[in-house]
Amino acid sequence: MTGPILELSNIHKRFGTVQALTAAGLVVRAGEVHALLGENGAGKTTLMHVASGMLAPDSGEILIDGVPRRLRSPRDARGAGIGLVHQHFTSIPALTVAENIALFAGWEVRPRELALRVGALTQRLNLPLDPAARAGTLPVALLQRLEIVKALAGDARVLLLDEPTGVLAPSEADELLARARAFAEAGGAVVLITHKLDEALRGADRVTVLRRGAMVLERETGDGRRETEEGTGLGVRSQELGVLTRAMIGEASILDEPVPASFTAEDAPRRVHVAGLEVARESGLGMAVKQASLGIRAGEIVAVAGIEGSGQRELLRAIAGVLPVFRGTREVTQPLAFIPEDRTTEGLIPELSLTENVVLGLGRSASWVRRGRLDWSAAKRRTGEMIAEFGVRAAGTDVPAATLSGGNQQKLIIARALERLPAVIVAENPTRGLDVQATRAVHDRLREAAGRGVAVLLYSNDLDEVMTLGQRIVVMARGTLREATAGASRSAIGELMLAGPP
Amino acid sequence: MKRQVASFGAGLAVLAIFFAASGHDPVAALGAMYRGAFGSWYAFTSGTLVRAIPLMLIALGFTVGLRAGVLNIGGEGQFYAGAIAATWIGLKLGGWPTIAAIPLVLAVAFGAGALWVAVPAWLRLRFGVLEVISTLLLNFVAEALVSFMVQGPLQESQHIYPQSDQLPLSARLPVLPGTRLHLGIMIALGCAVLVWYVFRRTMIGFELRAVGRGPIAARVTGGLPVQRLAAMALLVSGAFAGLAGGVEVGGVSYALYPNLSPGYGFTAIAVALLARQSPVGIIASAILFGALEAGAGAMQRDVGVPAVAVYVAEAVTIIAVLLADTFSVRRRNVVTA
Repeated sequence: MTGPILELSNIHKRFGTVQALTAAGLVVRAGEVHALLGENGAGKTTLMHVASGMLAPDSGEILIDGVPRRLRSPRDARGAGIGLVHQHFTSIPALTVAENIALFAGWEVRPRELALRVGALTQRLNLPLDPAARAGTLPVALLQRLEIVKALAGDARVLLLDEPTGVLAPSEADELLARARAFAEAGGAVVLITHKLDEALRGADRVTVLRRGAMVLERETGDGRRETEEGTGLGVRSQELGVLTRAMIGEASILDEPVPASFTAEDAPRRVHVAGLEVARESGLGMAVKQASLGIRAGEIVAVAGIEGSGQRELLRAIAGVLPVFRGTREVTQPLAFIPEDRTTEGLIPELSLTENVVLGLGRSASWVRRGRLDWSAAKRRTGEMIAEFGVRAAGTDVPAATLSGGNQQKLIIARALERLPAVIVAENPTRGLDVQATRAVHDRLREAAGRGVAVLLYSNDLDEVMTLGQRIVVMARGTLREATAGASRSAIGELMLAGPP
Repeated sequence: MKRQVASFGAGLAVLAIFFAASGHDPVAALGAMYRGAFGSWYAFTSGTLVRAIPLMLIALGFTVGLRAGVLNIGGEGQFYAGAIAATWIGLKLGGWPTIAAIPLVLAVAFGAGALWVAVPAWLRLRFGVLEVISTLLLNFVAEALVSFMVQGPLQESQHIYPQSDQLPLSARLPVLPGTRLHLGIMIALGCAVLVWYVFRRTMIGFELRAVGRGPIAARVTGGLPVQRLAAMALLVSGAFAGLAGGVEVGGVSYALYPNLSPGYGFTAIAVALLARQSPVGIIASAILFGALEAGAGAMQRDVGVPAVAVYVAEAVTIIAVLLADTFSVRRRNVVTA
């Protein structure tokens, strides 16, 4: 075994009063795919920013090929062979692929030369891209490929991938993992940052787990990976899952067990009925939803699967009344509560207090509004009760919503949604970016709501979540909605997701 | 509060340096300013407070807009629109009782301000034209309209001077005996209380604030007609400035003429920024800026420093306020990162 290509040891980093990293470490060897696991807020991204020269650690050492280095900037880190692919894309949509790469890598060459150089680069990396395509027109998977090419443009030997599969379809995610593997086998090293256990086990040779900014576990993924690939060794796999989960959350594993699809009475009243629905894209160019018919009864949880951008977002928004219906029938029982995907621009106003955000969501029908007058003390009292009831961790009801963690923000949004006593809940990616415990809490609340007779419609980019939560699963592919057969397997649903027009 | 005082102090300090650098005695100049603004009951009421009235009204309007996320830079133009309308209606009310004439004059001025900003509001609603630009440009149109009016339809009866006839006594605001302070101060204070109440205690006030702070969440989560509410805030904002124009004609000048406003519409933006959107703060900061303007005249008379020098103090105050805000935001961000 060769020595470590990148070693971070005893890294400390503090932001104001928050100790983000405490004795965090990571050892990456050439030829391996290394998963960096941890809950949201465990310090994964901070550690990667230290490794890529974006943040200077308060103390600790960075060794590259065994030599201590100080990385003062991302450029330093690239020079040392470390490339970071950010969780959020950093390409400029108006520029072409080649221009984006040149901008990032600092190439100053003439356009013709540039096209050749980019062509050579993508060929060498075996990551084909059209150099002349505008970044803004690329689908998500290619945009991410562009990010990877950018990171590797400076002859990187260590590739840091921050939550790379969140935006990808299952087959695309598999392809990404395969490419990561190929890069490692060619002598490089890949650090795969993720909070998905399954992905770490499938894709990585070794795993480092961070919890509350400290390294708590480092181990080989053992035989789990290969055996999982062959579809056997489930016992080994679940054992590994248990070990990793306990390391991540620091207590007895509380994995969200799938609940057997509960039986919804045939005669339960129908809460949502859409037929022949067409919905225009938000840009106004063409139809996002071309053909969708769906009925949801009281007490049912319907989960929509689909590759990002297949029309599921527009479908849900049209049903929620946020987007206009272009054609077709839409009958929805009110009140309806909508839980938007983007918590901090659509669900909440971060600078406003928790109370104010509750007042915003409940509108003029709330009990604290009387003939246009607003009784803030009543609103505040109720908000206090809500955050206690839903376990929202906050320093009071007057603090800005921005001070809450993502999980607590989502709990507040769900508490607010349920406060309307809705007949229907429509939720987009309700656990996006949340850690295991917060995800569990959100799932519980949605199931409880359904248990009380609320019709729940949601979509998730995480197929596992769709399968865990949905009593019925429908699949959106290129604007067309299809229903999966009851008990359909993961791969059957995956096939539907990739299906073409009918 | 501490920050505002420090900002204003910085403004005065730079002004003092400016005096010294231009060969004047800063102590004498600032002393003259102080006497001109606060030196006597008459100076305070008739100099400082009289100037504070239009500043207060326009700044309140600016704040209503800003809270809803619209930047009404056209206070000066709306002030003139209100002044024109008030003059026009006031001149027709010779035989009316004061109790009816004054409310009518003020209501017409209020409406004229709203009407003047209705064009930018409509442009924003219909075509998404930035109100920052459209309201600003309409200032020049309003000033030209005043020039046209005082040489045309509203010119005084002799047709010699570029100004209107004097308002009949019945349309003039009552004055505090022994001073030039007029009823406008009560109107301005009343408006401040009203704005405070609306934003503190009513749903519409909260909705406007939500539209200003998070227009997307206001639409998606609050289900609010964001653009309509923003346009409404713009109308109210213009109406306050129009009211200021009516109050100025009815309480101070009694006639329309060009340069009626020494830039109240712009100074009021500074007043609102210093007050950081607080209606109560606007009362204080309008008096402060009123004092600067009043003191400037005295300083020019007594020490011979050009009155425009006080704009240095206004500018430095505003820059200091904005810098202080920027730094405090940055500090917060570092902590939560």
